[in-house]
Amino acid sequence: MARAVTNRHKTIATIAAWAVALVIFFPILYTIITSFKSEQEAIQGFSLIPSGTLESYAEVQSQYNYFKPFMNSVILALGSTLLALVVAIPAAWSMAFSPTKRTKDVLMWMLSTKMMPAVAVLFPIYLIFRNLGLLDSRIGMTVMLMLINLPIVIWMLYTYFREIPGEILEAARMDGATLWGEILYVLTPMAVPGIASTMLLNIILAWNEAFWTIRLTTTNAAPLTAFISSFSSPQGLFWAKLSAASTLAIAPILIMGWFSQKQLVRGLTFGAVK
Amino acid sequence: MGKIALRNVSKSFGTTSIIPNIDLDIEDGEFVVFVGPSGCGKSTLLRLIAGLEDTSGGTISIDGRDVTNEAPAKRKLAMVFQSYALYPHMTVAKNIAFPLKMAGESQEVIDKKVGDAARVLNLTNYLDRRPGQLSGGQRQRVAIGRAIVRQPSAFLFDEPLSNLDAALRGTMRLEISELHNQLKTTMIYVTHDQVEAMTMADKIVVLNAGNIEQVGSPLDLYRSPKNLFVAGFIGSPKMNFVNGAAAAKHDAATVGIRPEHLRITSNSGEWRGKVGVAEHLGADTFLHVHTDDVGTINVRADGEIGVRHGDIVYLTPDPAKLHRFDADGKAL
Repeated sequence: MARAVTNRHKTIATIAAWAVALVIFFPILYTIITSFKSEQEAIQGFSLIPSGTLESYAEVQSQYNYFKPFMNSVILALGSTLLALVVAIPAAWSMAFSPTKRTKDVLMWMLSTKMMPAVAVLFPIYLIFRNLGLLDSRIGMTVMLMLINLPIVIWMLYTYFREIPGEILEAARMDGATLWGEILYVLTPMAVPGIASTMLLNIILAWNEAFWTIRLTTTNAAPLTAFISSFSSPQGLFWAKLSAASTLAIAPILIMGWFSQKQLVRGLTFGAVK
Repeated sequence: MGKIALRNVSKSFGTTSIIPNIDLDIEDGEFVVFVGPSGCGKSTLLRLIAGLEDTSGGTISIDGRDVTNEAPAKRKLAMVFQSYALYPHMTVAKNIAFPLKMAGESQEVIDKKVGDAARVLNLTNYLDRRPGQLSGGQRQRVAIGRAIVRQPSAFLFDEPLSNLDAALRGTMRLEISELHNQLKTTMIYVTHDQVEAMTMADKIVVLNAGNIEQVGSPLDLYRSPKNLFVAGFIGSPKMNFVNGAAAAKHDAATVGIRPEHLRITSNSGEWRGKVGVAEHLGADTFLHVHTDDVGTINVRADGEIGVRHGDIVYLTPDPAKLHRFDADGKAL
């Protein structure tokens, strides 16, 4: 009896989970479907069955340069992630392994910057970028994206490093390891999964960032987010083309996310249960 | 060589003083046990010697060389941790080889020494396994293996057996004592278990609130504890303490008598009482006797004694084995 109830509960929970997932995923799914429609079909109304034409893709490819914003997205996402790791690893390391009385406060302060509405600093940041000549530059955007995600990167790495027992590092020190030996042979191999999932998440966050990338770039450093928004052009909306461009923009990250979902989930829930 | 000397060593975290001021000499080849209740500073003291904590004052020297400000790696000490602290991503062989690799030994030397250590510790068949695939006792042996390959001047053990079950703890205790007999290297061993201290040590250091209460051989501490704390801490079951008129009769503020130094009779004696719980262990019987005059007294009696719950008995302390303490708790 108890078994039957459990099984029924399981079925209901599974169906509910799939339903919620579908609702969340639906806009993306509909974008992909629309991208395979002609412009005519696209404005005709709701339909889940496209004609399967590739004309929107062809047009996006021929009329607009997809490659440049794509490369910009890659450069900004990877660049800001690597830069963030260079800053965050030593920061998380020192807070995890030699914390002071203020470590908790510093962590909270860093997280609190994520709670601030970005619009509040739009003008100051814009003016700073303009005065430093960083507007529409890849270097400026890389630094900007790095700074935006840095608190999360530090937090994630800190949580990971905290899971590594301090005694193991002490054992390495007793065994004669220098600081480099300790980092190279003991810490890094143990922290690789954590560093990898932090990287993955940060790449996704940087790839999807749309507030600053749209406002601080025009052409040179414009990534795919800016590329998509440029489709809401004065000539009116071309739904099919917009969908094709959006699909092209999210495809790389969607594929990457799909293949690394196990790693990602582990990364996001790490330290939650032990 | 492994002669360790501590002079005026102190340690405080912020304003909290953990170790006020300690002088201690450890001779080469000695097996020294630091024992005390949890929070008494024994682990901190070990970590100061290891170099894992910085001293707040005083000097630590090993074989006459001042190492107070030297890094742990430079002190030529090896440590075995309570959690074993094995490297989870390395095989047993790599774990044991790690200190040799750090010392820049050749692969040939490493292979030979790891092989030797594995033979001594019965780990030969497990060299390719990871720590996660080993039992607690095997892990502890790997940790010991990692410590012995370097031929350190002293071994430091930080409660190495407290994660093991009782039976395994007994076996490992013997193995460590055996190892000490073989290697004759200085060993400093931290434990809160006074049985481990009594059975393994050449010299016991009893610590309480960061202070050394007494240093001596196990039997010294058992026979002539310097104060109430040591008297109560060393020996199992615990020493009985009696205050008031019964103590005044012996010209003391408190008298202590060990459970094994009480004579038990059924018709007459110094203290009359009723048996509460009787614990029959086979070889011994532990009796908890509620006396009329001096409270509950624990007695270690013969295993075959025919005394049961509720019986009236008389207890008489052996006057030669009576410990007398003044009002400050110091032995008289």
